[in-house]
Amino acid sequence: MVEGIDGSGKSTQVHLLDKWLRSMDLKVFFTEWNSSDVVKEITSKGKKKALLTPTTFSLLHATDFADRYERNIAPLLEAGYFVLADRYIYTAFARDVVRGCSAQWVRKVYSFAAVPDITFYFRVPPDVAMERILEGRPKLKYYEAGMDLNLSNDEYESYRIFQSRIVEQYESMMQKDRFAVVDGTLDIEEQQELMRRHVMPLLPPEIMAKQQRAARPEAAYR
Amino acid sequence: MTQMLASRPLKFYGEGISYLKKTESKGSLIVVEGPDGSGRSTQIDMVTGKLEADGHAVITTGLKRSELIGAGILEAKHKLPLGKKTLALFYAADFADQLEHKIIPALHAGYVVLADRYIYTLMARSSVRGIGRAWSHDLFGFAIKPDLVFYLDVPPEELFHRVFQKYGSLDYYESGADMGLSDDLYESFVQYQRGIAKEFRAMETKYGIVRIDGGKAVPMVYADLQKRIDDYLRNLRNP
Repeated sequence: MVEGIDGSGKSTQVHLLDKWLRSMDLKVFFTEWNSSDVVKEITSKGKKKALLTPTTFSLLHATDFADRYERNIAPLLEAGYFVLADRYIYTAFARDVVRGCSAQWVRKVYSFAAVPDITFYFRVPPDVAMERILEGRPKLKYYEAGMDLNLSNDEYESYRIFQSRIVEQYESMMQKDRFAVVDGTLDIEEQQELMRRHVMPLLPPEIMAKQQRAARPEAAYR
Repeated sequence: MTQMLASRPLKFYGEGISYLKKTESKGSLIVVEGPDGSGRSTQIDMVTGKLEADGHAVITTGLKRSELIGAGILEAKHKLPLGKKTLALFYAADFADQLEHKIIPALHAGYVVLADRYIYTLMARSSVRGIGRAWSHDLFGFAIKPDLVFYLDVPPEELFHRVFQKYGSLDYYESGADMGLSDDLYESFVQYQRGIAKEFRAMETKYGIVRIDGGKAVPMVYADLQKRIDDYLRNLRNP
């Protein structure tokens, strides 16, 4: 699972991880936060009207997650798939708490979700993330900027405050939830190498051996 | 004779809603639970009439009536079958929307809120489908504890006839058709409703649910219900 704020580079990295696992003919399933078809329409309707209270907002995202979890994640994990998730329950823990929900309550709601084998946390200063976001998309979305929290009338200022609060939440979870921290300011290749090293022990033994030989060419000559 | 009503703190089942600005209210929350065909809406109409005649401002709410997601729930039911937890969370989201946009503002404004079903139905439905009671209870940690909760208890066999007479058919979920209890729709309905009734009995003490024999004639059920509500409201003013 990969976690981190918008613009932390996690989506790029999970894509590369996906490619790598598939190149070894492993069974991989990729899932994204807030992407269930059934729930999507309803959530976005509410989002447009800016009517969602933090509790409703939280529960709709939980519904979306549950749908993906019950339909895909749980059965595929059981079938031995590598499930890659761009954002997992920790996104809810961070965002919903910043929006004012009780941390205990949010954790209880998501208590049915399996604890990931690895949670990569992409650590990036909010300013860097903001720069990256603004490069690609000139305008910030209402909820993404945390405008519903009335932090500031200026959406860029609001975004900065909102994201830094989310970072605080992530940082507070780092130890307890055993995040594997990835320095999101490193080169893309460096980050990916670090991630692959983490994933290696999860690979089936025969594939792992092959990968290790490839990673250390000198060992292959012995 | 009647004293000014004092504001009372809102009570919650769990963590509550920490971002709520006003945590007291003069209103009352009265819940009427019971299966389809138990006479809930008839009773609520009668109680509303009496309370309004007595000078109370009354508002009624029900499940599945939220503007935001109500329609979505119905659509989703027909497209793809949803998982148990997904459905439970969906209903909880809808309930939260109503609680925060309708029930809480009405309580703050001093209304008597008559809820046509509340979290107990949602919890009972989840439990009979195999979701743990503890998880459901935790899920609704943001829900307000009502002042009164009634459950109109009607034997499933009797319900079947009432529902069939009224609608000419059975509701898919209310008859537990999604659970594969029996190929026989009557059998499935009776088994499902029995399971729901059992859940309500299990919740009675914990949630202070008052069971009312809904098998009696409408005026008798009403007299019982109205007396309990009147007693409660009188007691609020003259403690």
